[in-house]
Amino acid sequence: MMRAVSVADIAPTPYAWQIRAAGLKVRVGRKRMAVDGLDLSLGTGVHGLLGPNGAGKTTLIRALATVLRPTEGTLELLGEPVGGRGEHRALRRRIGYLPQEFGYYKRFTVREFVEYMAWLKEVPKADIPAAVQRAVERVGLADRADERMKALSGGMVRRVGIAQAIVNDPTILLLDEPTVGLDPAQRLRFRELLQELGMDTCVLVSTHLVEDVAAACTDVVLFAQGRLVFQGTPEGLAAAGGPEHVGDSPLERGYSALLQGPVKHGGSW
Amino acid sequence: MSGEHASMRIIDGYVRGGADIAADEVWAVEAHLEECRVCRDRLSAAVRAQATAAAVRGPDVAALVDTVWSGLEPQLAATVPMPRRRFWSSRLSKWLTPTMVPWLAMVASVTLLALMLDLVDADSGEVSLVLLLAPVLPVLGVAASWSRGLDPAYELTASVPRAGLHLVLRRTTSVLVVLVPVLSVGGWTTGVTAWQWLLPCLAFTSATLALGGVIGVNRAAVALVTVWAGVIVAPTLATSRTTFALQTDGLSVWGLILALGIGVVIARKGAYSVLGAHR
Repeated sequence: MMRAVSVADIAPTPYAWQIRAAGLKVRVGRKRMAVDGLDLSLGTGVHGLLGPNGAGKTTLIRALATVLRPTEGTLELLGEPVGGRGEHRALRRRIGYLPQEFGYYKRFTVREFVEYMAWLKEVPKADIPAAVQRAVERVGLADRADERMKALSGGMVRRVGIAQAIVNDPTILLLDEPTVGLDPAQRLRFRELLQELGMDTCVLVSTHLVEDVAAACTDVVLFAQGRLVFQGTPEGLAAAGGPEHVGDSPLERGYSALLQGPVKHGGSW
Repeated sequence: MSGEHASMRIIDGYVRGGADIAADEVWAVEAHLEECRVCRDRLSAAVRAQATAAAVRGPDVAALVDTVWSGLEPQLAATVPMPRRRFWSSRLSKWLTPTMVPWLAMVASVTLLALMLDLVDADSGEVSLVLLLAPVLPVLGVAASWSRGLDPAYELTASVPRAGLHLVLRRTTSVLVVLVPVLSVGGWTTGVTAWQWLLPCLAFTSATLALGGVIGVNRAAVALVTVWAGVIVAPTLATSRTTFALQTDGLSVWGLILALGIGVVIARKGAYSVLGAHR
């Protein structure tokens, strides 16, 4: 499909990083700081967000999706400061978000749901059918597009979640645990899709599967107790671990080596 | 478009292809053809003219096109056309979510039930149940439209550009569109003036939204319904006479609450685009 090039498409980008946080703190509930003084800069590519349960990954992703307001510090997305009272409509049009708990309407068909999300994301009305078809094809659900959501398996629902996240061709794509419920073959396909998207998009994928990071990510962000522990390439993460550390693969050993450091674990897990 | 069209020389060259036409001219003429119907018509005329001219010479474009077409035709026949959209998905989902439908049905049937009780019980007391329930019924509908527990897609909804006051008002409107006609039938048959129930009804709706921006729509609805039950419904049922709050004298107070609610909602409109409003 040929598309006219608009002024917005060829305008130079006014920012160095798609996501830039400095001293970012996000409070959850009354007292707990789930993100506690985070400095992070992310550009184009696939960034894997790793960390133990309760590290604050979901809170961080919610703050990046602008559904939680930062308590302190600065957060800039696509050069626009986030926070305060604004609704960030223009910014949100360029963000794709898959929450950890992906809720959907069972009565809708796949196509209807993704169309509905495209409408909510203010995709121009004339572009919606084509954008929906493209998104559904990219996640490999073209043949099930007109089935009701309640007839889908868990992995397929997850793929619908990914489709709705990419339907507006986002510049920042935030995926919270997208590989949960995908079978091994689907995970391989999903990693390919991630690499494809990472060519021109800033993709942040939170996951607890270290092998996902090894296969698909250009960059690893290790996060524990609301703070950044490590940022670098998967090779850098692997190099941090030695044979004395727990884990089955170099990456897992690096992961446990870095988490053993200054950060103390709350429980035995 | 501008009044200029591609010259016949360029169009002919484009049809013949090859070295007759420079690459930049090809670009320009293609860009122009996409937007200009007149030139497309001229192009098809030129293609036809050249095809007839070439037919004398031997194998031609038309034959090639026919071959391609006959190859494509069976594939095109096998392609299933997109199923027709259901009315529900295209129009209605912009105004309400599927999860709101059972709530609206429930609220409407409660109204009808109250109306029936009023009609059966018309002589015994002067308290109208419809009048007593009218203010809190839309509150339930609004809560259902913006609630973490009832709307499975609440987090997605909060993250989209359309989230915020705009979407809340759309859904609130659809609640009122369903309820106000039902209530007006009820008010008309029980002989209550429209302002007597409409103003408290709107005032409570706006108060829910105003309070919802601060503590979450769900909690706001629960709080307001509790207040209503404690302050208005209980004393009214105990003394079995309509309280001052629903007499015509109280209308100015309801108007004030309505105006205040609307003011707060507008002032805090950013509150609906974050997760907090879903509590």
